Amino acid sequence: MLEVTDHSTLSQMLLQEVKTLADRFQQTFGRIPSFMEVCGSHTMALARTGVKKALEGYVRLISGPGCPVCVTDQVTIDAMISLTDGVNRIICTFGDMVRVLGSYGTLMQAKTEGKDVRVVYSPVDAVRIAEQHPHQEVIFLGIGFETTIPILAAAVKEAEEKQVRNFSMWMSTKLVEPILRQLLHDGEVALDGFLLPGHVSMVMGRKHFEFLATEYNIPAVISGFEALDMLSALRHLLLLSLEQRAVVLNDYKSVVTEQGNVQAKYWMNHYFTLCDEAWRGIGVIFDSGMDFKSEYNQFNAKVKFPIPTREPRRTKCRCGEVIRGLIDPPQCALFGRACTPLNPIGPCMVSSEGSCAAYYQYMREE
Amino acid sequence: MERITLAHGDGGELAHKLITDVFVSTFRNERHAKFDAATFALGTHELAVTTDSFVIKPIFFPGGNIGKLAVAGTINDLAVVGAIPKVLTCSFIIEEGFPIRHLKTVVQSMAEEAKKTNVAIVAGDTKVVERGSADGLYINTTGIGIISHPLERNMDEGDSVIVSGSVGDHGVAVLVARGELGLVSTIESDCTSLYLLVAKALEASQRIRLMRDPTRGGLATTLVEICEDFGVTIELEEECIPVKKEVKGACELLGFDPLYLANEGKVVMIVPKEDEQAVLDALRSQPEGKDAAVIGTVRATNKGQLLLRTPLGTTRRLYRLTGLMLPRIC
Repeated sequence: MLEVTDHSTLSQMLLQEVKTLADRFQQTFGRIPSFMEVCGSHTMALARTGVKKALEGYVRLISGPGCPVCVTDQVTIDAMISLTDGVNRIICTFGDMVRVLGSYGTLMQAKTEGKDVRVVYSPVDAVRIAEQHPHQEVIFLGIGFETTIPILAAAVKEAEEKQVRNFSMWMSTKLVEPILRQLLHDGEVALDGFLLPGHVSMVMGRKHFEFLATEYNIPAVISGFEALDMLSALRHLLLLSLEQRAVVLNDYKSVVTEQGNVQAKYWMNHYFTLCDEAWRGIGVIFDSGMDFKSEYNQFNAKVKFPIPTREPRRTKCRCGEVIRGLIDPPQCALFGRACTPLNPIGPCMVSSEGSCAAYYQYMREE
Repeated sequence: MERITLAHGDGGELAHKLITDVFVSTFRNERHAKFDAATFALGTHELAVTTDSFVIKPIFFPGGNIGKLAVAGTINDLAVVGAIPKVLTCSFIIEEGFPIRHLKTVVQSMAEEAKKTNVAIVAGDTKVVERGSADGLYINTTGIGIISHPLERNMDEGDSVIVSGSVGDHGVAVLVARGELGLVSTIESDCTSLYLLVAKALEASQRIRLMRDPTRGGLATTLVEICEDFGVTIELEEECIPVKKEVKGACELLGFDPLYLANEGKVVMIVPKEDEQAVLDALRSQPEGKDAAVIGTVRATNKGQLLLRTPLGTTRRLYRLTGLMLPRIC
């Protein structure tokens, strides 16, 4: 059945209301409001739906560190690519990772040179590949935030139950709370509020983000990904800012609960434990990721296949500053010239949630 | 050393670069490279010829199979240049071990699809390659047709852009059929021959400017190519582009854009504004065209950009497919 919608009038009315509130903010505080969308899916959706462009000059929307590919450190990317050097291995990964440029090439290049690199849509598929190839080692590259970590746990659970011994995971997962604390602690960007990630909140629950209001006195709104959802969340953020009320609102109630997905959180914590993680352009943040508990080391690719770390080759890529909200993608000298989706230098141009890719695909006018 | 990657075959920016840099520049037939089928005169007849290889995975999918796709795809390439499809040749590359009963089913579908449009399958070739050298079955078809309605291809400001139905159905149907997404969907591929539908439209308007079937790269890439090749600026209305709910849902889940998903039973056409209603009525009179819609307008004839007007009233420029990781879908 075809969808017959007339969102146009509703969207434009809400857009107008957001603009009016933003004007009032500017009159009150003498500057335009700055909100950070934490999640890469929001970055893409804001650009694709035209919300970002429509609010230019009214609201500054800053892309945050919520794209899993973009925040993966160069050393980690190099290590993941060098996993293909081993014999008798099948490397499984999510699509975007195959095109990320490491210091010495990409997974895609390794694939075209004959290495067995496979794109899967779920880590559980990698377990199935391991079952089908019992004489090869299948390694899944486990990147992602709280949205993905339970799915990684589900794959490990399946491998454990089926006693699949030739399956392992190279973990490089990230958690949202520590990076938000780090950004607020560093104070490099002045923010008036956060547009919180709907998908991560679905797992973690609204209460998980209350620290923003109680400890940092900053408002935040959990939002869905349609234009109307995001405009509604921005409207709430503006109202809260004008009233100078720091609360964390759930504007995505159809999906997000107070406590989140208890079952998903249980399985995350069953297999994995907190670990320090290196973030691209930021450095190592204490307890900002999750890795295997030692009792599950048989699934830990870092234990099974230790790789000596190499000094990464430096480029002029400024993805690190993009994910910290310090610059917009066009401010990077490589953007749209040396760095394009066909020839990406940095991960923000590769990822389907990347800030540079969003700009290149949806906001470039030439 | 630069090598061919899967992205060179996705119909987007890299495929365009490959065709331009390697084939067109060497074969030196730039004019013909713009169209789905090349036209040429033979005696008193104006003919059209096209060729296409089908390497889809999986071979069987909801709404069709590789054989139906191979025949329909080639008929469609002829139909959209205003030709009556007449004859098809087909060439099979079969992997050792492929079940003969599957081959029979595929060939039966080819015969049925060709019969719908009264096209004769007249010559062919069969090659069998060692197990592991191919993925089951590949089919190449070449088609020849007689031009009945030469298209004028001169577009004016105000011309209407029409699509014959919802976009992205084939892309999603095939992705789901691969079973890798963990999705269950009722979406069927739109895979079908469009000659009869196109003939109705051509009866309704003698002045259809241009037609294309938006296969790999989807509606957006096809229209970007038209804009660049003919120097026209087209503005699409996002809300007018028909997209089925299931397709939209799958795209949201997977981060795909329906405008870039392949179609195998849709035609996009540019017609003078005055003929818009007659063409729409003609398309809607056929089952394949019941959801036909006007989706945009030619705004200028000198810039060559594809623009999309969002429901918020903003416009953004659309480019060729870049960087999406889509498996083989046609």
